[in-house]
Amino acid sequence: MLQSKSFVKKTKGGKVVKVVREHYLRDDIYCGASICKTCDSSVARLSSDASTIIIVDTNVVLNQIDLLENSAIDEVVVLSVVLEEVKNKNLSVYNRLRTLCSNSQRKFFVFSNEHHKETYVKAMVNESPNDRNDRAIRVATQWYQKHLGSAVRVLMITNDRENKRKANEEGISAETVESYVKSLGQPALLDLLARPASEDVVMDSVEDLRPSKRKVIYSEHKPMSEITTGLHRGIYHQGKLRVNRYNPFEAYVGSESIGDEIVIHGRTNMNRAFDGDVVAVELFPQDQWHAEKSRIADEEDEEDESVHLVQSSADDAPRSTNVQGSSADTTPSRPSGCVVGVIKRNWHSYCGSLEPMPMPAGAGGIAHALFVSKDRRIPKIRIQTRQLGNLLDKRIVVAVDSWDRLSRYPSGHYVQTIGEIGDRETETEVVLIENDINSRPFSSQVLACLPPLPWSVSAEHLSDPNREDLRHLQVFSVDPPGCRDIDDALHCTLLPNGNFAVGVHIADVTNFVHPGTPLDDEASQRGTSVYLVERRIDMLPKPLTEDICSLRSDVERLAFSVIWEITPQADIISSRFTKSVIKSCAAMSYVEAQARMDDSRLVDPLTTDLRNMNVLAKIMRQRRIDRGALTLASAEVKFQIDTETHDPLDIGMYQIREANQMVEEFMLAANVSVAEKVLKHFPFCSMLRRHPTPTREMLEPLLRTAAAVGLDLDVSSSKALADSLDRAVGNDPYFNKLIRILATRCMSQAVYFCSGDLSPPEYLHYGLAAPLYTHFTSPIRRYADVVIHRLLAASIGISKLPAIFQDRPQLTSIADNLNYRHRNAQMAGRASVELHTLIYFRKRPTDTEARIVKIRSNGFIVFVPKYGIEGPVYLTARGDNGSGEWLVDEQHQQVKKADSSICYNVLQMVRIHMEVVEPQPNRPKLELTLTE
Amino acid sequence: MEFVSPEGLRLDGRRPLEMRQLRAEIGAVSKADGSAVFEMGNTKVIAAVYGPREVENRAQQMNDQALVRCEYTMANFSTGDRVRKPKGDRRSTEISMVIRQTMEACIMTHLMPRSQIDIFVQVLQADGGTRSACINAATLALADAGIPMRDLVTSCSAGYLNTTPLLDLNYVEDSAGGPDVTVGYLPKLDKVTLLQMDSKLPLDTFESVMQLAIEGCKAVANYLREVLLENTKQLEYRRGS
Repeated sequence: MLQSKSFVKKTKGGKVVKVVREHYLRDDIYCGASICKTCDSSVARLSSDASTIIIVDTNVVLNQIDLLENSAIDEVVVLSVVLEEVKNKNLSVYNRLRTLCSNSQRKFFVFSNEHHKETYVKAMVNESPNDRNDRAIRVATQWYQKHLGSAVRVLMITNDRENKRKANEEGISAETVESYVKSLGQPALLDLLARPASEDVVMDSVEDLRPSKRKVIYSEHKPMSEITTGLHRGIYHQGKLRVNRYNPFEAYVGSESIGDEIVIHGRTNMNRAFDGDVVAVELFPQDQWHAEKSRIADEEDEEDESVHLVQSSADDAPRSTNVQGSSADTTPSRPSGCVVGVIKRNWHSYCGSLEPMPMPAGAGGIAHALFVSKDRRIPKIRIQTRQLGNLLDKRIVVAVDSWDRLSRYPSGHYVQTIGEIGDRETETEVVLIENDINSRPFSSQVLACLPPLPWSVSAEHLSDPNREDLRHLQVFSVDPPGCRDIDDALHCTLLPNGNFAVGVHIADVTNFVHPGTPLDDEASQRGTSVYLVERRIDMLPKPLTEDICSLRSDVERLAFSVIWEITPQADIISSRFTKSVIKSCAAMSYVEAQARMDDSRLVDPLTTDLRNMNVLAKIMRQRRIDRGALTLASAEVKFQIDTETHDPLDIGMYQIREANQMVEEFMLAANVSVAEKVLKHFPFCSMLRRHPTPTREMLEPLLRTAAAVGLDLDVSSSKALADSLDRAVGNDPYFNKLIRILATRCMSQAVYFCSGDLSPPEYLHYGLAAPLYTHFTSPIRRYADVVIHRLLAASIGISKLPAIFQDRPQLTSIADNLNYRHRNAQMAGRASVELHTLIYFRKRPTDTEARIVKIRSNGFIVFVPKYGIEGPVYLTARGDNGSGEWLVDEQHQQVKKADSSICYNVLQMVRIHMEVVEPQPNRPKLELTLTE
Repeated sequence: MEFVSPEGLRLDGRRPLEMRQLRAEIGAVSKADGSAVFEMGNTKVIAAVYGPREVENRAQQMNDQALVRCEYTMANFSTGDRVRKPKGDRRSTEISMVIRQTMEACIMTHLMPRSQIDIFVQVLQADGGTRSACINAATLALADAGIPMRDLVTSCSAGYLNTTPLLDLNYVEDSAGGPDVTVGYLPKLDKVTLLQMDSKLPLDTFESVMQLAIEGCKAVANYLREVLLENTKQLEYRRGS
């Protein structure tokens, strides 16, 4: 049966056009119930002994998705009209619902009521789309009841009173979510209920609430229509709100319309917006721009800054804060404003714990509690719980439901418990959840893709014409000690003509991970392995990571090799790419390799090879530096972990040896060679890695600090910056490293991209000063390398290019996912180190030296080189906002006492005491205090 | 975008291997020697055929075969927004040529030397697949005009979206920018006379998509045959025999 759907639509150009679409109604859409005799039951999802079938409406799905995800709720029919509405309103809920529907463990069935002959409803005259959809849900419910007969009760769940009333009139059984959950008799489920956010249920309580009785805390959000016109007329500015990681009462909105960031001070001005929300902002008049200092004494108990690890790049560094203190009027301030409306919410669920509170009198009843997120940018969230006693000392996950203008905090609901606060495993789990890292074991479908164990190189591999037998070469690997996933190995032989044949052999992961398999999908989703202090979360299952692909010593392994002919002057004459079979003769650690090179008594072939390569690597490295590659420094720390308890025993900076640099140099060279080869063959679908040139604004904090210590940095190009960094030698040996760390922090991160999306000049890798770069050398732990392996194999003609490379949007989305995963993996790694630092110092209060890296109005931020951590040191007591006692000199970046008796300069060395304190129970933190 | 839902329904409620509703009417323009209106869902095309008649431009006259000319136009009102469509733009010139070549391949031109056949097709309503609809309409009109043909040439398109081959793309699916294979097919002779594709496809997928389009052509041919048969019966009835 044919129906035509017609509606009017506004085009981008502002024209109003009528759109007519065909809409076919069918009689072959089945009800999905196993008991049904008339319908095809091969696709049925609802079990045969179900006594009740639930049909949910759109708002129930949108608000109560956490409840639906609980396995207590089953036998649900999801109507296509509901799916469509959910998709338009909230894509993330839609994706969660879709996952539910495709999960074979759950009994969720999608009924395409919109295309079913008997359940399709046509909008009546003057009927709003909402009413039509509600009616469609009712019609579908009625059809189900009639279709399945009296054996089954079909229950419609809606929180919309009008809809419920009409349903009852039409003889449909309908209930609200609350009453349905209550009828299930599982009180724990009630915690999962989102607090009624829909106006329908609140309506009656609002009437007797008389607004005058409750203080209005936030101003009202402007209606959407007003915001749109305001944006058009330039009164409002749209942008994504980002809350300062260091001061949750300060936020920035990057606005395209004024080309600058708008600063928003205080929660009142933020007006209920969360970090990541897209908001509309109204600017304050210019004379109010610097009226508010960036440190404000908010009515709330202000949390102070915590000690944390140093950042490795600008992306996660704190925003350069506004000019502070007394010098505010000498420098132009940035525009500030307030949020007038939220265009798109970025609410999701958050990890944290409940604020300690006494147990309410009637235990077991409903308690209201405040939830404090681990992410400091998130305000406290008010939740309702019936299991307060259970939750108080636990890490829990909470989702936000609503935030009305009468309440200071948003309200939310409990989702799940992770474990005890302070427990290392719980906290690690929190780190993983916060960074969206999938640490679940691999599914059976994924494991089914693995080759049978024990695996070894077979005759089939050796006879493959595309695979070269390189077992006769003396191949070796150099890795960190205890490395189990060895993905690179090297060899170096002297050729008769005096040149060297140098090979980089990379584990041939694509021989085992084929495109389109569940294994490949899983790997591309995970994107990268995650290295935490005590644990590794693999991208590929363990048999591949540690055995089949790992290029361990004395076993034959498959590899993808890059082989160059290099002159003794380290010029690459030719390069060759081939799949191969190798047999590593030694898997060394960096320390071992270094020791071999340094021991002049050793003259065995392996040591000679190492030395030759080291000589070449040094020349290549020098050449790279001459081209302008930056030697940036980061403060990486290394823990020694107790094998039994997994508690950290010792902590220290990661030492970099010549052997590390040697391996790194050849890996860089291999990556560059592969990038060139692949891009030549596939100019539009290669996956490359670029590092954008930092803008002057990004380098501003570095320049300010440098100027304060009388250092002139030239940032016009990477070469100039590299040179001036080399010249930056103070009388203090650590000075240069410190400047480099500061410089590193100003850079943005390198990212993957699809070569067709950008023009060739943008391919540049700034930090390496390489016009082209990619990742080829670690396919076991990075998915980007797997992609590149496939491209390279196709470019040398030994395999077909998988179809996905012809789909550029999909390739771009893979690159975006990899960037996201990569960044999260780094953040998780750092959070894990922070966690262990805290555990380490819990038993060991320490005195050490530190450097001042940033001046604040009431103290300064110090960097502790020995442990690679950074944290605030307060000169004044908490709560006292530096009332004139200390003055900040912005120009010289120093803070001094009013009578000039004591003065602290940036980069100055101070001695500090580090100790773990617990200002609140279960909230340990590392505190730094001056000892001088 | 999701063009095929996990339930296996397309945006308009069809399944991947289903065509839109077909409708055809013969004799829409009484002045012409043959004419037809052909609809594929919301795509509606009218075709009129004149000839065989004397060649207008003597220079073009061929002594061994008939001259086939084709003109494709889109009505101003055929799409939602009413824009004046310039005559003879690149797109319509190309489609005119495509239709002419397809029709020429099945008309027995050698039987009508020194004459000319004019095919006019106009899109009344466009909703994807206009090219196929025009060829189908032209076939009907030629048959109505009684011009000798080797076979009924029919056409249908197929695409490949969300890793599913889809038959007979409508406008929304067509504008997704995916591969779109249009096939012209002679069902009796089992020969392909037109094959066009936008975008690209891996070779093995292409074969299955093309096969799907051919299946579509066969279905169209069956329908056209029915319509023609019905039309002939009507004519017979009117003659009173």
